[in-house]
Amino acid sequence: MQELIQLLANGVIVGSIIALGAIGITLVFGILDIGSFAHGDYMTFGAYGAFGAIAASGLPFPAALVVAALATALLGIFIDVAVLRWFQNKGPDSMIIVTLGVALILRHVIYFVAGSAPRAYPIDVTTVLDLGLIRISIVQLTVVVAAVVVIVITAWFLANTSLGKSMRAVADNRDLAAVAGVNIRRVRWSTWFVSSALAGVGGTLLALSQASFNPELGWTILLMLFTASILGGLRSAYGTLAGALIVGIAMETSTWSGFFGGLDGVYKPIIAFLILIGMLMIRPQGLFGKARLV
Amino acid sequence: MSEFLNPDFWAFVLVIAGIYSIFSLGLQLQFGFGGLLNFGQVGFSLVAAYTMAILVARYGVDLWLASVIAIGFSMVAGAVVAIPTLRLRAFYLGIVSLAMSEILRYLALNLQGLTGGPLGSPGINGPGHVAQYTNQWFLMLDSIRERLEPVLGAMATRDVATLLVVWIVAFALIGLLEILVRSPWGRALKAIREDEDAAAAMGKDVFMFKLQVFIVGAAIGGLAGIFLALQLSAFVANDFKPILTFYGFVIVILAGTARMAAVPIGGLVFAFIFAGTRFFTFAPFDVLSSAERSYVRLILIGVILILLMRFRPQGLFGRKEELML
Repeated sequence: MQELIQLLANGVIVGSIIALGAIGITLVFGILDIGSFAHGDYMTFGAYGAFGAIAASGLPFPAALVVAALATALLGIFIDVAVLRWFQNKGPDSMIIVTLGVALILRHVIYFVAGSAPRAYPIDVTTVLDLGLIRISIVQLTVVVAAVVVIVITAWFLANTSLGKSMRAVADNRDLAAVAGVNIRRVRWSTWFVSSALAGVGGTLLALSQASFNPELGWTILLMLFTASILGGLRSAYGTLAGALIVGIAMETSTWSGFFGGLDGVYKPIIAFLILIGMLMIRPQGLFGKARLV
Repeated sequence: MSEFLNPDFWAFVLVIAGIYSIFSLGLQLQFGFGGLLNFGQVGFSLVAAYTMAILVARYGVDLWLASVIAIGFSMVAGAVVAIPTLRLRAFYLGIVSLAMSEILRYLALNLQGLTGGPLGSPGINGPGHVAQYTNQWFLMLDSIRERLEPVLGAMATRDVATLLVVWIVAFALIGLLEILVRSPWGRALKAIREDEDAAAAMGKDVFMFKLQVFIVGAAIGGLAGIFLALQLSAFVANDFKPILTFYGFVIVILAGTARMAAVPIGGLVFAFIFAGTRFFTFAPFDVLSSAERSYVRLILIGVILILLMRFRPQGLFGRKEELML
């Protein structure tokens, strides 16, 4: 039983990292109608941004997290202005292929600059807090706290600021929003700013939660981001959060010994894949989505 | 510079061009004619490569029979991907096919008893004895080489024989596909691509057409996988990364969508950038290490793709009226 509770706690940790990436995918898809295959690599960019900040100027980790968020936010806007904007009025297939191209370029630029050697943040990852039922490391606690704070800020931003409301209006009906005087370009840039900043934070936390990371960091998690996003209906930030927690918990608890003796940990991505396929067969609009949008 | 003058090096580049062309013909059929976005083509290659290698190396099955069975397995994998996703937007098919190819690679890496796991194909019969699936293939190449010797002399190598086999298959395949896309089946496919609802109203079973085209494309991916395995002589799961599918899309877009016969030219251009630039080992290119040059090469391929899509979306040989992108 204690093992199960521990695995549930791990699932929440993994789920909150997935949420940070997946909410960005959902925002970009919902508001800009772009299915981005580069989002995982934006996460990698953030992780290396934080690593570079710490290595270059010895910033404390929280400050490096902010650097990662800002750097990735600017990257997101830059790539939109420099590349994606060209393809906005072409077919959806163009945009998907182009984001795959952006992913390839970005990943290999990171390889070129940072090399393929595994990296790790100079942070003590061994301290473990014993909370009775569960044991949680300082790193895991940092990840959960940071993820929750960032998600709450994002939710507050979307719900209460005028910019957030404009973004949601565009997601609901772009033409109507434009007619009503919403500044579409401002919405576009802020969408990329928010979703890329989330990716930067998510990537850094993902890197922190692993013993080490390399330039494949974000690409390997992309499937889980999409799964969470699709579970949530691809247009709802809260749905995506729920989807991410479901994916995280399902992957972690699959190793529980009470579950047919527990699967080997290497099969976790396959759990995410099976959830994705199952969801698309039974309810492609996601747990909370509307069928007309699929 | 020495490689620049080595005929075997250029034979190797042409073999790569041929194998990638075959690989991309499947994508051309699916995307250019069917409008289907398959980001997991490399997964079907992986299935076929492993099936063939396991049947030959572990069970001693004849290479030809093993290859036919292997392509059958690719087709089954294609159906598994297509059935849940074909009714949805292109985006979903892209995600699921990409995910499936990664899952297959993952399984191949970890199911050591079946695939040799991290040892790759040499470990198919367990650690300790090196598994081989190439004996029959090499015998065939050698017999071709002997027949070429009177004509080519010292130039008649196994690489040149491979080159012949790969390109004969590639052109035969193009011929078959050209017949296929001009048939009533191919015309229905184009009609569906242009306007699904109109085609459905004409009584065409849209789902069945898409399923068929996806499965045929997966079979072609499987064929390419078998050639890739034979060319490599021994392979590991990581030889089948999603980047290969991406190369396929670069070739299709270079050639122009819905242009079957132009695919080999896309393949040649790609192979020159991808493999042919390996002789750039002299100054000023030697300031970069070999790993760095490979990163630059991939960045370049990505940039070319995006520039093509921006400025020449019909590809080098495409027709504007059949523009997909």
